[in-house]
Amino acid sequence: MSTSPDHLGLAGFDSAGAPHASSGAYNWPDAGGHFGPYGGMFVPETLMHPLEELRTAYERYMADPQFQAELDADLQDYVGRPSPLYHAERWSRELGGAQIFLKREDLNHTGAHKVNNTIGQALLARRMGKTRIIAETGAGQHGVASATVAARLGLECVVYMGEVDIARQEANVYRMRLLGARVVSVTSGSRTLKDALNEAMRDWVTNIDNTFYIIGTVAGPHPYPAMVRDFQAVIGREARAQMLARSGRLPDALVACVGGGSNAIGLFYPFIGDEGVAIYGVEAAGDGLQTGRHAAPLCAGRPGVLHGNRTYLMEDNHGQIVETHSISAGLDYPGVGPEHAWLKDSGRARYDSVTDDEALRAFHHLTRTEGIIPALESSHALAYVHKLAPTMRKDQTIIVNLSGRGDKDMHTVASHDGLVL
Amino acid sequence: MSRIAARFEQLRDRGRTALIPFVTAGDPSAAVTVPLMHAMVAAGVDLIELGVPFSDPIADGPVIQRATERALAQGVSLDDVLDMVRQFREQDTETPVILMGYLNPIEVMGYETFAVAAHGAGLDGALIVDVPPEEGHTLVEMLKTQGLDLVYLLAPTSTESRIARIGAVASGFVYYVSVKGVTGAGNLDTAAVAEKVGLIKSLIRLPVGVGFGINNPETAASVARVADAVIVGSAIVSRIEALAATPELIPEAVAEFLTGLRQAIDEVDAHVA
Repeated sequence: MSTSPDHLGLAGFDSAGAPHASSGAYNWPDAGGHFGPYGGMFVPETLMHPLEELRTAYERYMADPQFQAELDADLQDYVGRPSPLYHAERWSRELGGAQIFLKREDLNHTGAHKVNNTIGQALLARRMGKTRIIAETGAGQHGVASATVAARLGLECVVYMGEVDIARQEANVYRMRLLGARVVSVTSGSRTLKDALNEAMRDWVTNIDNTFYIIGTVAGPHPYPAMVRDFQAVIGREARAQMLARSGRLPDALVACVGGGSNAIGLFYPFIGDEGVAIYGVEAAGDGLQTGRHAAPLCAGRPGVLHGNRTYLMEDNHGQIVETHSISAGLDYPGVGPEHAWLKDSGRARYDSVTDDEALRAFHHLTRTEGIIPALESSHALAYVHKLAPTMRKDQTIIVNLSGRGDKDMHTVASHDGLVL
Repeated sequence: MSRIAARFEQLRDRGRTALIPFVTAGDPSAAVTVPLMHAMVAAGVDLIELGVPFSDPIADGPVIQRATERALAQGVSLDDVLDMVRQFREQDTETPVILMGYLNPIEVMGYETFAVAAHGAGLDGALIVDVPPEEGHTLVEMLKTQGLDLVYLLAPTSTESRIARIGAVASGFVYYVSVKGVTGAGNLDTAAVAEKVGLIKSLIRLPVGVGFGINNPETAASVARVADAVIVGSAIVSRIEALAATPELIPEAVAEFLTGLRQAIDEVDAHVA
């Protein structure tokens, strides 16, 4: 597989003025939303001006002390930030290597990191005078986080969700409805997350005047990957300060699971310039990369264009997007945020994958060892730590993003164990 | 001069508004497409847009989504679509044909490989829905080298500066999307379209086609009063869908529908003349 710029027809790509990741000062994306050859704005013309308006508003409010104060207050009093950095001593001792610290995003309101982003985007929507928000969701976590902030701000909320996902995530569907959102079943294509995203884009293009589209991950056209990253970067800023306060130095390694990649980039971003900090992203290998039944585009896909940006994708030889598989619905997506594609190619981050079975073992292990039930998504990161920690010294440290809690996964885990709840 | 430019020049000399049909290549089967293209030419169309099936068609409404799924179920690829163009050219060397689709199949084939193959097949241009001018430099260059036009979309949300920018890079014609929405939307506001097309014509010298939401002779006629081309997609594709089980009936049914549109447009053209 060739990933050279020539293969992509990128000879004319203009990255002048954008510093290289390897040169120290990391300043991606460029003005057009590119992370090296990735990212960009691959959307129909109807969306170009609205995206420009969004970018302008976002840049304006990110520099507005009043907006920032409102966001910070909400993150503290409504979400419950800062989330703790917990030293998993028993687990660390058992693995016999590095000291493991869990960044407890599972303790946020609504049970995952997703709300950091929906709070930010909903405040932006209100500032822009939009009265209606739409969102796509796979497992339902981003849908719940969107419905939650919509209820609080009194905004109309429509959530697009694949028919297949609706069937396997009933509890979250009910939760969204309780919060007042309309959940629309998407029956096109593979009837999962990618199709929900397609349908949300179609809604947005049709209702552009009054509607704000809250994308749930660091994908989509510019400015979404950068904007969602900036809202999630609170995770890494806190973790960095917490680790410095506790040990007087930076961690040796960061680990996070990567579906679209928003919890991962949120943890990684504030550390990108810290060259001594190793960064590991963990994709879902499903039944195993060799089976083809997985959701690991960075590890086993190739670059292409989907949902408004160029990134690594799971596709066939004709450029059709293929169906993915993971036990974790939140990682079950054929693309990945373009900044991860760039961090991979530039060598700043390393991406690996763990299988469904490895993630399940880590799920049970953390639950029994530390009394914390992790989300299946986060369990992928934990499974990687299981391999990584023993290779490190006891005086070294790892921060792993515990991006969500596992309550939503009770049915999945039980049925895997042959039980019906 | 490209085949598209030559065609629009001819039409202007004859005071005729172009009728441009869109069909998804390989819907409902690969064997239908080429005979259908010839039947549409016989019914009086001036240029053909051939849709390349893609798994994630974000700009399309349900009718064209379903057509795409039917074609993909047959395994129709970009190579197959270029083959259809090649077969069409065996009998028709005059009617311009453009591909309409999404970038990823071209991205995987490689821009240069695509441009060379497209030229070889007798294709005249491409409209890649998810490639705005900001992302189109390299593709435009590759296509230009092979003498192919890159047709761009304009939308109700396009500002004057965007229209001018697109005018500077587009070739062949520009395609004005008449409504905020996806293909097959049915709420075209003819007064608003007339106003925006007037603005576009004051800023761009290329012919202006109008599409999205044109599904009957009356709307076709009202668009013909202001545009250089009337583009019709979902209304044709829904007729194809209705006959998917009896594909041999498709060319004639589509031709009959297009003949009605052609007559309505001709009446406007005669009146304007």
